[in-house]
Amino acid sequence: MRAIAMGRGASVRAGWRRAAEAAVVLALRGATYAILLAAGFVFADIVWKGAPVVLRPTPPFVNVGFLTQAPQTLHVFEDGAGREVRLGERDFREFQARSGRAVAARSFAHAGGGIMPCIVGTVLLTLGSIAIALVLGILCAIYLSEYSRQGPFIRVVRLAIVNLAGVPSIVFGLFGFALFVLFFGWNVSLLAGWCTLAAMVLPVIITACEESLRSVPAGFREGALALGATRWQAIWTNVLPHALPGMLTSSILGITRVAGETAPIMFTAAYVIRDDLPWQGLGNAGEFFFQGVMALPYHIYYLSSKVPPNEYTRDARYGTVFVFLALVFAITLMSILLRARMRRSRPW
Amino acid sequence: MVSGGVGEMEAKETGLSRDAADDGVGEARADTIISVRGLDFFYGPIQALFDVSLDIPRNLVTAFIGPSGCGKTTLLRCFNRMNDLNEEARLVRGTIMIGGVDIHDAAVDPIELRKRVGMVFQRSNPFPKSIYENVAYGLRVGGLRDKGALDEVVERSLRNAALWDEVRDRLGDSAMALSGGQQQRLCIARAIAVEPDIILMDEPCSGLDPIATMKVEELIHDLKRRYTIVIVTHNMQQASRCSDRTAFFYLGRLVELGETMRVFTNPAHKQTEDYITGRFG
Repeated sequence: MRAIAMGRGASVRAGWRRAAEAAVVLALRGATYAILLAAGFVFADIVWKGAPVVLRPTPPFVNVGFLTQAPQTLHVFEDGAGREVRLGERDFREFQARSGRAVAARSFAHAGGGIMPCIVGTVLLTLGSIAIALVLGILCAIYLSEYSRQGPFIRVVRLAIVNLAGVPSIVFGLFGFALFVLFFGWNVSLLAGWCTLAAMVLPVIITACEESLRSVPAGFREGALALGATRWQAIWTNVLPHALPGMLTSSILGITRVAGETAPIMFTAAYVIRDDLPWQGLGNAGEFFFQGVMALPYHIYYLSSKVPPNEYTRDARYGTVFVFLALVFAITLMSILLRARMRRSRPW
Repeated sequence: MVSGGVGEMEAKETGLSRDAADDGVGEARADTIISVRGLDFFYGPIQALFDVSLDIPRNLVTAFIGPSGCGKTTLLRCFNRMNDLNEEARLVRGTIMIGGVDIHDAAVDPIELRKRVGMVFQRSNPFPKSIYENVAYGLRVGGLRDKGALDEVVERSLRNAALWDEVRDRLGDSAMALSGGQQQRLCIARAIAVEPDIILMDEPCSGLDPIATMKVEELIHDLKRRYTIVIVTHNMQQASRCSDRTAFFYLGRLVELGETMRVFTNPAHKQTEDYITGRFG
């Protein structure tokens, strides 16, 4: 047996060290669990209160009206038997016509009907802005990582891109309002919203595209150049085809950012209420770009801040948030799966 | 004739006459294809090559040997101006003439230069395309569209690279599915498809097993009838087996250049002898 050559003082110090170690681990673990708890509480609350609005226990298992109708005013009244009835604007009018009398009801704006124009608007805003941002971002990334020589100017450009990522979204909203809505005279429109959102998400896209370009082995470029290819030929035939899948999947994460932002669109693209869907009532195709749309985040903002909160308006709020979260989760999940698949199928 | 600054001192130390030691630079010989004079080369602030001068004769295999970081790959990449792609790289002084033309002359297009001076890399780098498309790549970027002509060149290049019999039935398969040795021979086929005058090889066998290495060496032997080959290698046996002339570099200077047999059996410099007998490097 090895004699333990420790005095009493040493063993006390060892005890303290163990206690301190345990305390640190406890604090770290506690912080992690606290975050998990907070996130879990938020999601549980939304699912608990939002899912019943959207999902149904019987076929077709979803609330079709909520997903296909435009928002309507909700009317609440008591029928002859003294039961409380909630009807949207259209159904309420029919009910009145059938009963042949004016029904006394309390009304709540936007709390009835569905959110289809918001879903459509958000999808359109997202697709358009991502398309614009991808084209600009890919061109910019190719220049920065394949052509530009490192120097003070390029350092300033990179600094600008990093800083752009840190600009608050409301500033982008006001920038878009000043430039696209007022100066270009596009008014509140899809086009103005696209450009504003694209400007906001560009730093994310450029960074993702540069990373994808860097992940293509240098041997593909050198091999092509050594065979007498020009730089652009090497990039076009031997770099871009292998970088593009990565660019697209990484950019999907930009989509969630674009879909979720309220501030950039509230001055540039979003309407509080619009019954027409974007393809309805157009004089010509060009008008498509110059119309405002409803959007999920702005609708949530409006329902939460401008409509009195009570038990009758609650369903519309939670239902919209639930649909919105489900949409963002679906996009994120798709991006993760695509990324994993791409990593596996990489040819080198 | 002195090739490098180091040569002077070393020659005195070893007591050998400098003329016997350095037959690298003579009066420009009629069959010289690459001629380097007084080359100083930097990566940023670090000098990689010091006053290098040498001549490389046509249709022979010249091997560059030396320990890691001695500048042999740097010099090789000067010949097809691959160093242009490195932002840090600076050729400060000296000239490189290929076929009598200064390759840094403003009139020289590096794209055209690289068609005449092919390169095979250390890590075999087939493109993730079919075997056929790999070999046809140089011709396609050169603007050749004719299917018949492409087929012909692809077959001829694969035959010349001793790969045709192994891949003739699966030209459409991905080149990434080939073995390491086959990939490297494919890269050689790809390089000779554009009919260069010179083929630069940067440690072409460093990742290959002995059998695959032997095949590549046999290929080098066959190819020198038509091409001038410059090969960088860490493998002494390889240099002695497949090269006609050997240049030994140390710390960015050309120490010795001569007939391979002579350099290996009777090195003129102490450093060369120490290196080839394995005392350092």
